[in-house]
Amino acid sequence: MTTYITRRLIQTVGLLFLLSIMLFALVNLAPGGPLAGQGRSRHISPEKVELLKRQFGLDKPLPTQYLIWLVGNDWMKVDADGDGIEEGYGTRLGILRGDFGFSFRTRQPVLVEIGQRLPNTIYLMSITMLVALLIAIPIGIVSALRQYSKFDITVTTFSFAGQAIPEFWLGLILILIFYAWLKNPFTGDPLLPSGGIQSINSTGFNLGDRIVHLILPVITGALGWIAWYSRFLRSSMLEVIHKDYLRTARAKGLPNRMVLYKHALRNALIPIVTMLALDLPTIFGGAVFVEILFSWPGMGRLYYTAAQQRDYPVLMAVLIIGAAFIILSNLLADLLYGFLDPRVRYE
Amino acid sequence: MTDMTQQTTSNITAKDVSMASIIWKRFRKHPGAIAGIFILALLIVAVILVPLSPYDPEASSMTERLQPPSLSHPMGTDALGRDLLTRVLYGGRISLTVGLLVVVISLSIGIPTGALAGYYGGWLDSVLMRITDTFLSLPALLVLILLSAILREIELPLFKSNSMLTIALVIGILSWMTFARLVRAIFLTLREMDFVSATRALGGSDFRIIVRHILPNSIGPIIVEATLELGYAIIEESGLSFLGFGIQPPTPSWGNLLSNAQENFTKYPWLAIFPGLMIFLAIISVNYIGDGLRDAFDPHKVFENAGEH
Repeated sequence: MTTYITRRLIQTVGLLFLLSIMLFALVNLAPGGPLAGQGRSRHISPEKVELLKRQFGLDKPLPTQYLIWLVGNDWMKVDADGDGIEEGYGTRLGILRGDFGFSFRTRQPVLVEIGQRLPNTIYLMSITMLVALLIAIPIGIVSALRQYSKFDITVTTFSFAGQAIPEFWLGLILILIFYAWLKNPFTGDPLLPSGGIQSINSTGFNLGDRIVHLILPVITGALGWIAWYSRFLRSSMLEVIHKDYLRTARAKGLPNRMVLYKHALRNALIPIVTMLALDLPTIFGGAVFVEILFSWPGMGRLYYTAAQQRDYPVLMAVLIIGAAFIILSNLLADLLYGFLDPRVRYE
Repeated sequence: MTDMTQQTTSNITAKDVSMASIIWKRFRKHPGAIAGIFILALLIVAVILVPLSPYDPEASSMTERLQPPSLSHPMGTDALGRDLLTRVLYGGRISLTVGLLVVVISLSIGIPTGALAGYYGGWLDSVLMRITDTFLSLPALLVLILLSAILREIELPLFKSNSMLTIALVIGILSWMTFARLVRAIFLTLREMDFVSATRALGGSDFRIIVRHILPNSIGPIIVEATLELGYAIIEESGLSFLGFGIQPPTPSWGNLLSNAQENFTKYPWLAIFPGLMIFLAIISVNYIGDGLRDAFDPHKVFENAGEH
């Protein structure tokens, strides 16, 4: 087991290294480079662009730039003031030492930017996921136990619809209904806010205000998951129900409830848990669409702005951390699978 | 379940029935799939016939700005007085074409990759599967945004800034992996089968075995997966266009129509409702068709039948 984990971790490092090269090339090979937008703007002269290039080290060949990004430049002479003379050692430590550089846009360290956004995304996404599971699991169980009943057919139809509704459209429609059309009967204000984490004028933490702001984004994000997980649990449950060990459990006289919840449900949940592990990266990457629609200051919107403005250090950081999350969740899913299902053995 | 198997088996033994007709017979029993086919066909016909519309998709008409749905404009008009139905249908041309292109692109990367990996195994398999894993580890939506943001600003021959082909290629490059894995898994099973050994014994080349013998036997799951991929591709294209990174206006696509509607949609809700409704209809029909095909192509039954012929 330990050797298995060690081997997988080594593979992870290799894969991440490969991905980092791919992503770095992708980001930097774009014609014009990161300052393309700035050079075209009337406010910055071509001389200033050259100066900036030297300051950011963008005049160096790409492999050198990659190396600097990876291990920093405190071992080489750099041109910090951009006058064309390399006067002192650099200050960047490289991502291997936890330095993701500075955002071109805000001039803040990338990690500070991410640190400001990540909690908001985790807050939104974990609640979304929790709500989705709390609804999807009971629905999935009941619709498997009453296969082809009216309930089951209704749920299946809804889950098809739920999977086909684009998030960005659902969000718009919800805003239309709950913000534009429905009004609070007492105050005449919109029934629900259309965006933000809390009211702009609210001071301190107000639970009610927070919850009100969560409702629409959570519904928008959760619907697809509810549809997907309830369908998934339904089919997983149906598969388990016809297994021999359930017949054995019944044959030895266990009450039906025991059979279903102790033997069937437990086994049916195994694939759900691993599926959940695979969905974990979304908690980091956030739902780009939900965050944009509801002006949620999270990772998704950070990335969106960075992509529009060619903020390369931010893009690279989000991409590489996102990829690391994906690879680690894959590992987690595999390990969980083996842990929960003793029939699975690792070579 | 068992009843159905027996039924179909007896059908086959009774008369020489073609595979396609068996599939169709099973497919017909899925009401959702039939409804899906019907809606999708309607959509495709409408999208093909849209040049017959009395309205021009791009010419603005200031006297008819922002009219709510009416008899002459069933979906209303937009901020430039253009008929929304006409624009939505032109947008449908783009969105459906991009979807189809994505499927073609990811099939043509995924099938060869999976077939070679599954058939030859060994180091080739390891290399190809590591490449597949690498692509699977990419945060797909983020890379999609990045690529289209980059390509939006460059002009290449063939790939003019975010044309249909560019967007399809970008989405396709990030979605062939499912096909590679699927095809590999099928090939791993089928290459051990007797009919493959028989062909080899008769002197059939590897190429012939792969293309003429194994591939036709794995067509069922591939078609099912391709149908579902069409749905994902449509949603991805509209998502990208919604963010402003996809198909660029004035060319309409379902996504950028929605994106344009965003500014004032609380006042002019029809601008947001209809393009999204079209995405929804297209995807739900495609998903139902996929589900029907999956039932119809249930691999066990297909393989059983294939063995009897």
